[in-house]
Amino acid sequence: MSSRTIPIRPETQKSAAFEYIATRKDELIGWARKFSLFPYPFVTACCGMEFMSVSSTPYDTDRFGAALPRFTPRQSDLLMVVGTITHKQAPVLLKVWEQMCEPKWVLAFGVCATSGGFYNNYAAVQGIDRILPVDVYVPGCPPRPEMVIDGIMKLQDKIANQQHLIVNDRF
Amino acid sequence: MDLKLPNPIRPAFTKSEREDTTIVNIGPSHPATHGTIQIVAELDGERILRADVHCGYLHRGFEKECEAHTWHNLIPYVDRLNYCSALINNFAYCDAVETLMGIEITPRTKYLRTLLAEYSRIADHLTCVAAALMELGAMTAFLYLVMLRDYIYEHLADLTGARLTYSYGRIGGLARDLPDGWLKRLEEILVQYDDFVGRVHGLVDRNRIFIDRMRNVACLSTADAVNWGYTGPILRSTGVPRDLRKDTPYLAYAELDFEVPTGIKGDNYDRYYVRMREMDESVHMIRQLVDLLQEKGQGPINVEDRRCVLPPKQLVYGEIESLINHFKLVMEGPQVPAGEVYVAHESANGELGFYLVSTGGGTPYKVHCRAPSFVHMGGAHRMLEGYQLADIVPTFGSINMIGGECDR
Amino acid sequence: MSAIFERIREALASRAGEVSVAHGVLVLQVAPGAVLEVAGALKEDFRFDLFLDVTAVDWLPREPRFEVVWHFYSTMHKLRVRVKARVAEAEPVVGSLTGLYGSAHFMERECHEMYGIVFSGNADLRPILLYEGFKGHPLRKDYPKEREQPLVPYREGYEMPGGE
Repeated sequence: MSSRTIPIRPETQKSAAFEYIATRKDELIGWARKFSLFPYPFVTACCGMEFMSVSSTPYDTDRFGAALPRFTPRQSDLLMVVGTITHKQAPVLLKVWEQMCEPKWVLAFGVCATSGGFYNNYAAVQGIDRILPVDVYVPGCPPRPEMVIDGIMKLQDKIANQQHLIVNDRF
Repeated sequence: MDLKLPNPIRPAFTKSEREDTTIVNIGPSHPATHGTIQIVAELDGERILRADVHCGYLHRGFEKECEAHTWHNLIPYVDRLNYCSALINNFAYCDAVETLMGIEITPRTKYLRTLLAEYSRIADHLTCVAAALMELGAMTAFLYLVMLRDYIYEHLADLTGARLTYSYGRIGGLARDLPDGWLKRLEEILVQYDDFVGRVHGLVDRNRIFIDRMRNVACLSTADAVNWGYTGPILRSTGVPRDLRKDTPYLAYAELDFEVPTGIKGDNYDRYYVRMREMDESVHMIRQLVDLLQEKGQGPINVEDRRCVLPPKQLVYGEIESLINHFKLVMEGPQVPAGEVYVAHESANGELGFYLVSTGGGTPYKVHCRAPSFVHMGGAHRMLEGYQLADIVPTFGSINMIGGECDR
Repeated sequence: MSAIFERIREALASRAGEVSVAHGVLVLQVAPGAVLEVAGALKEDFRFDLFLDVTAVDWLPREPRFEVVWHFYSTMHKLRVRVKARVAEAEPVVGSLTGLYGSAHFMERECHEMYGIVFSGNADLRPILLYEGFKGHPLRKDYPKEREQPLVPYREGYEMPGGE
């Protein structure tokens, strides 16, 4: 461009080389993060039985890199909310989520975590998205293991395509 | 984090009595406490002096929901009480409503319900033992038992349509009859059971580490157990053969030949072994029931009672009486005569009782579930106090606290 | 009915109002003040050693409003007994069985928080299934099923339920 033409967008002067490197960096980091998920299985109810099934043979989340559960929020990045969350349990769930470091994702496992299930009463939170932001919802009461794996794969697609800022808010 | 979160519980003690003890909070989001139990423990080094057990983190308002639904609509809710052996809950609830209505189920349903109750009991004990062993570090045994449990889930999915929460029992019978080839597959699974469980016995029973961690830990005497309300495998592990299937037989148990395994001193090892032996007895019962089903169990599965059983679809679409009957059963529910009843079945954890109060309508006035896990949590502190912090893991694994049942 | 039930009926006829048998269970209707005595007699004299359950039924708008129901089981006789007592809303007090049975602790806590029945003699009536700060007794017939009392503020876009 000559010095007399103004840029298309006044705010940022984008450099093509920078954008190219940032996108490739996002792809690389996305690939690494999606295949090494450390779930924190916040198991409360019946869906926990399907979680046990999906973690072991023959469904096996280990094939997707999401096998090693870490029972401390400091070491995990995927919060799997498995089962009904009641109002008594809600502060505990929020505390665990707050203690996790970025980047973190939340998978709502089962219909009770998605929307309260068929417990529409004083005790159950009508969906954990009332208290936390959720990335993937896996409905089902309980969901079949194949559905859970589908949910994990959708989450992996989401992680692969999202922006991963590792240095500052631009890179 | 600037968000101040309230504490949902009030512990029984917040200050230690002595200078050298610490108060530690375990749970409720903890792998060993099955995610819904919180224990506030006062520790003297590694030894637990006092333990205050808090449950209720999975209280989903089952009893309040019951008052807003018809008798039929509750069947999925009762499934989710003890979700590891959901069929036993279904059949106990249906039995209670049938008692109140004065219905006698057909022989085929009687044998099928008994067979499926024993099958569910195997699935529950497999889950309990698998989780307990995994928490001790025996991952191999966990994988074997969970794979076996998966066979059972898939097999029951062939029958009922769901792997875990079946909603298969109906007031007056069952939802549908056995598909072809189901009994043949059952025999294949029972043979696989012998193989896998035999391997787990080989890995664990005489394992020095396992015995050191489970023997003489969390001992319970019979008097203590009865005082604190324990029933089921925990009571039997203390040495008394109390089993509702033998003491007050219901369904087809009076016709079966089985033993009631008992333990010697009520410790964790005894509870583990009683459950393993109970699974063997259940397999033995299932084989007898398959024969009984062929001999004496032919016929319809649903009783011919239009008060609670839905009429066949051809009639519903063909004649007006069946259409109205179907409509009223679905919209208003089966009209159960006024009265109250308490019916208890022997579930995998102990005495599962349903106390139903009806004022003569299609919806219950009150449904109360006497949950064995809840009562067992009441006495859990007796099994934890005096033992070490690390013993909480196997003790909880051997109590088999199921959150859905405990908190309802 | 069975011999044991006959003996119980004779022994407790003075203290129990009505005695009947319903679906194989002996039912004793007693006055709220007599519950401890009847339970003690059942345990000591008739070997009803397993305390199964205590719950309540809300008979709004009938007076007395609540009916507290206890179930006992005898591991020796293999029989069950139900004891019922009606208490009014103004003074829903009955005796606590924690002195007789350890399992009564948790069950009385649950009955208290769900219905508001006060068990005198049980020093620890903290909420067990509900949480600190929950106002009201949810299983009463006048508590609306869907009234939630959240402990944690909802995110933007979700309306907090109106205060109690």
